[in-house]
Amino acid sequence: MRETLDMMDFVYAAYAICLVGTLTLAGWSFASMRAAEKRREESRRK
Amino acid sequence: MHGYANPARFLKIARWFTMPLLVGGLLVTAAALVWGWTSAPPDRLMGDSVKILFIHLPAAWLGMGGWTAIAIASLVELVWRHPLAAISARAVAVPGAVFAFLCLVTGSIWGRPTWGTWWVWDGRLTSMLVLLFLYLGYIALTNALAREGSSSRIAAIFGLVGAINVPIINRSVVWWNSLHQPASITMGNSAIDPVYLYPLLASVLGFSLLFGGVVFARMRAILADAQAEARLRRKAQKAELAQTARGDA
Repeated sequence: MRETLDMMDFVYAAYAICLVGTLTLAGWSFASMRAAEKRREESRRK
Repeated sequence: MHGYANPARFLKIARWFTMPLLVGGLLVTAAALVWGWTSAPPDRLMGDSVKILFIHLPAAWLGMGGWTAIAIASLVELVWRHPLAAISARAVAVPGAVFAFLCLVTGSIWGRPTWGTWWVWDGRLTSMLVLLFLYLGYIALTNALAREGSSSRIAAIFGLVGAINVPIINRSVVWWNSLHQPASITMGNSAIDPVYLYPLLASVLGFSLLFGGVVFARMRAILADAQAEARLRRKAQKAELAQTARGDA
């Protein structure tokens, strides 16, 4: 019996993982930058 | 180059570039992926799975490019003692590791329908996995050094020694038998049809801009944390001195 594979399932999986990974990285980097700069401003005021 | 060694001057530039790079990178990447998705026909051998090329190759390029940047920054740190070199190397490590991981995962998913297997221990895949482990080791080392306030010279040496793996990844498909195809794009030459090549180049540009934005954001975060910590430490020392002086009086 030959296994039949739907190529598009693999394409969707690869794109989903890549896009989620990239967007999480960008969002996390931006959020941690904003948080660090807020901490710096607070340390100036204390 | 030393003109940009001043963190205040660097921050002024970084504030200008971070958002345009992040937003521009996202827009160019989205446009390139839509372009590739809609215009690229199924490949004669790989069928529709050829679409994975538009994410796999930029991830591989940034995984390897990231470590090359770490090696250059490490050299600059060791030779010229540039104050931002260690920070830039630290900032590159996390996005570099993420893209090395994405390269391995997307490659594995691509391998299943085209090679019939998720993984083989050949030169290209194994050396890329070694690169991911090098990134993880480098991140752990730099975090530990930063926590202890130690010199980052050990991390710089690690960054330079680890760079030996980059040409090994690049030449692995030439040196050893591999299921992985040889390089399709070399200096000034391409074996890829323009219908795949142009969206691919646009995708590489988009992911690279995004990578640059992430590196700037991480450098700003590392610098802000260091400045906040130094300021709080100075204030604590001043308060301690004032208390001692009051005690003496």
